[in-house]
Amino acid sequence: MPAPVLSYKDIRVSFATEFGDVDAVKGVSFEVMPGEVVAVVGESGSGKSVTSSTAMGLLPESASVQGEVLLEGRNVLKMSTAELRRLRGSDISMVFQEPMTALNPVLRVSDQLVEALQVHEVAFGGKALEKSIELLERVGIPEARTKIRQYPHQFSGGQRQRIVIAMAIACGPKVIIADEPTTALDVTVQAEILDLLRELKQELNTGILLITHNMGVVADMADRVVVMLNGEVVETGPVAKILGHPEHPYTRRLLAAMPLLREAGDPSLEREQEQERVRVTERAARETSHRAAAGMSSGAASPAPAALEAKDVALEYKFRRKATRVVHDLNFTVQPGEIMGLVGESGSGKSTVAKAVLGLLDVAEGELRVRGENMPALPSKQKKALKREIGVVFQDPAASLDPRFPIGDIITEPMVVHKEGDKDSRMARARELLDAVRLPSSVLNRYPHELSGGQRQRISIARALTLNPTLLIADEPTSALDVSVQAAVLELFSELQQHYGFACLFVSHDLAVVDSLAHKVLVMQNGRTVEQGTTDQVLRHAKESYTQQLLAAAPVPNPETQARRRTERQRLLAALG
Amino acid sequence: MSQPTPPIPPEDVRSAAEVEDAKLASAQRSYSQGQLVRKRFFAHKPAVVSMAVLVFIILLSVSSIGFSGQGTGWWSKSFSATGLTVDGGRPTMFNAAFLGEHPFGQDSIGRDYFAMVMRGTQQSLLVALGVALSSTFLGVLVGALAGYFRGWIEAVLMRITDVVIVVPLLALAAVFGAYAQGLPGGTLTLALFIGLATWTGTARLVRAEILSLREKEYVAAAIAMGAHPARIILKHMLPNSIGVIVVNATFAIAAAILLETTLSYLGFGVQPPETSLGALIQDNQNAFTTRPWLFWFPGLFIIAIALSVNFIGDGLRDAIDPRQKRSGANRPGWRTAFGLLGRATAEERSGKQVSELSGGPTQMQPPAGMTDHGPDFGHDPTDEKRDS
Repeated sequence: MPAPVLSYKDIRVSFATEFGDVDAVKGVSFEVMPGEVVAVVGESGSGKSVTSSTAMGLLPESASVQGEVLLEGRNVLKMSTAELRRLRGSDISMVFQEPMTALNPVLRVSDQLVEALQVHEVAFGGKALEKSIELLERVGIPEARTKIRQYPHQFSGGQRQRIVIAMAIACGPKVIIADEPTTALDVTVQAEILDLLRELKQELNTGILLITHNMGVVADMADRVVVMLNGEVVETGPVAKILGHPEHPYTRRLLAAMPLLREAGDPSLEREQEQERVRVTERAARETSHRAAAGMSSGAASPAPAALEAKDVALEYKFRRKATRVVHDLNFTVQPGEIMGLVGESGSGKSTVAKAVLGLLDVAEGELRVRGENMPALPSKQKKALKREIGVVFQDPAASLDPRFPIGDIITEPMVVHKEGDKDSRMARARELLDAVRLPSSVLNRYPHELSGGQRQRISIARALTLNPTLLIADEPTSALDVSVQAAVLELFSELQQHYGFACLFVSHDLAVVDSLAHKVLVMQNGRTVEQGTTDQVLRHAKESYTQQLLAAAPVPNPETQARRRTERQRLLAALG
Repeated sequence: MSQPTPPIPPEDVRSAAEVEDAKLASAQRSYSQGQLVRKRFFAHKPAVVSMAVLVFIILLSVSSIGFSGQGTGWWSKSFSATGLTVDGGRPTMFNAAFLGEHPFGQDSIGRDYFAMVMRGTQQSLLVALGVALSSTFLGVLVGALAGYFRGWIEAVLMRITDVVIVVPLLALAAVFGAYAQGLPGGTLTLALFIGLATWTGTARLVRAEILSLREKEYVAAAIAMGAHPARIILKHMLPNSIGVIVVNATFAIAAAILLETTLSYLGFGVQPPETSLGALIQDNQNAFTTRPWLFWFPGLFIIAIALSVNFIGDGLRDAIDPRQKRSGANRPGWRTAFGLLGRATAEERSGKQVSELSGGPTQMQPPAGMTDHGPDFGHDPTDEKRDS
């Protein structure tokens, strides 16, 4: 048995804070073998990043570390600053989450790669440049010889992450710590980066310590898994065992909380289709009776207006009087009580559509009808009145609530803006809504910073529902949350939707989340509609190749299924050329 | 693997959502942001001591000679009444008797210098406060309008700001000072007018702050619910930029005292028979070698006021703006605040093994308990994103 290349022995980390010491890691031990991928999974606050950072000596000043981190038998924690500096990059290197910030924007890529080589005295001058070009070619950057002269902003996010990986492997490290290397990337790019890491691992026999919260990525990459909770290891073992037959209840819950992209033939689908049929027929029946009632009184048959309707909508951003069109010819209808998932990768314009519906962006062309009225064209007073009908939930739980408002004021703000009710009735409504999102009414007087991300997101939902809107805009409402929190919020969301019956435009990049919620799906790419239809049609019987690619790239938390999907995806990509 | 897994306490296996809810229900005490700010401020020793010093100076100056300055307080002498020069005007406070007849001495025409310094302190503080008020009000107004509405409103307002900035501050202040002399209201009017020359810094800072707040989702949510711009600016944006505003106003006070000194020296500031700390120094500049106390006493008061106001500003910034906060072991002590002591590393202080700090863009997560649930909102993960 080979010696481990990196081993953590009884690591304890505590941070000195204003409110006393906080123990972030409480005695963690595990090992990474050469050529092995060890995935450390856990939710935020589990201490997974803090643990791994000890190997690089990258913790802030307020941290104190105990235990041993052995890199090929040498204790990293006992090293001097100079020794650590020699170590970093050459023996152990890191791939960060955000490729935007991991590269220096004012230096050419060549300078940054050459620097990495020269600092560790691997190669100098022209040789270093040659080696850099080789590295770029190795990580799959086309035309590396010319592109190496470019600046980081001239590359796409995925290419930037490839460059970061090239820097990480420049000096032939024994271990690579990859801290959420694909979290900031689109799902198709994520699949490519994971492929690259897998190839490199086999080629260089490097140990990879993969820190992630995504069980799908674990299934795709890892050999062994370490599950962490509140600074402790709860379970560790081979990937097939942890994901297939987890022993610890926490691991089981974590896996159960993962939203799943169901394949055709899944038994839960039939039940849902049945519900959907009931829903559609009920609506049709309601409409006919409504029409009949209207026909009796006025004689004119008018169909109930759609909650939201886009007709040939084009949207553009203006910068210095130059308009860049980001959404073209968008057409869709969201019926009352219906959830439409708007899916796409970054830059597809999906959030821009949400912005336009909220009135945060002018519509350049076409009509955007809310309950049958073209909102952008209305005079401001009517527009304000129509805004009562729209609620919104944003992505970032830290930024979507005003930090200086107590929760009660946040929830009742829409009533204050629309001058509805008095103080008592507003507070009564706030209590009612808190009850609906299952938070105690004692939080009325608390401030957003006292709540966790998931709780804040529930407050956001409560605020969106204050005026009983007919339409809710949800812009990636759960993508900043941990999986188990996300599961709780999604469950609550669909319950509330059934109870209040609002229509919803649900913007998301996560196909699995959309699958669990939406009745209809619209897939966007580069500002254009790729495909739209019912969830079943789009996600299980996709016609367009782009949708198929998207579906194939989403990893599932089962190593065997994921391996099968991976080969299927490669076959699909090969077929598409 | 063969041994049975030990029983796990139930709280370990609950999902994160439930743990958070349980924590919320069990939390005893909740702090508002105001309470947190107060707590932090009072933990900042230099600021608290400075506040005590400033309050003492204010009480001393007002209670000793009264608001009118005519000896209506516990010190019976008026600042403007001349008298016989005793002992060449030397201060008597160093003599055997406590304070004595003229503790700070007398000036060349026999006025009691203690009363004059007290009057000067009153006037200087009044100027400082007036300037801080008017410049902050104007700066916030211009900055908020420009930042919120953008477009031509911003273009016009910021070009006006640029014009005010390129005109030398002293020349502008002198013009306004000279104009204010013809108006009723005395020193306070002068102060409000000087503020017309010093609002530009605040305006730029507030505009920058408002620009970044515009991108916040809670502002977008308020716009989406149909809130009026005035409500968004007054209720959402200004309260959230209060840190910048208050801190800037504090530093404006310190700057205003010095500006008033300069103006008085040039003859555009406080006019005789009224006096101020700056005017006292100017009047007695020739006496520095022969009767240095005439220079030192007002000088010491200027230094004491400016220094304590600056420390209070530091304390407020640390307390209000958690992004710049130095907390826990990193909070500066007295010697550090004066630059007498480099920042000791945590290693030196605790003697524990600590890894080296790196400025690199680490994607580390904040430790448990500090991220989302604790009142320590300064360590919010989003803040890190913003900083990088």
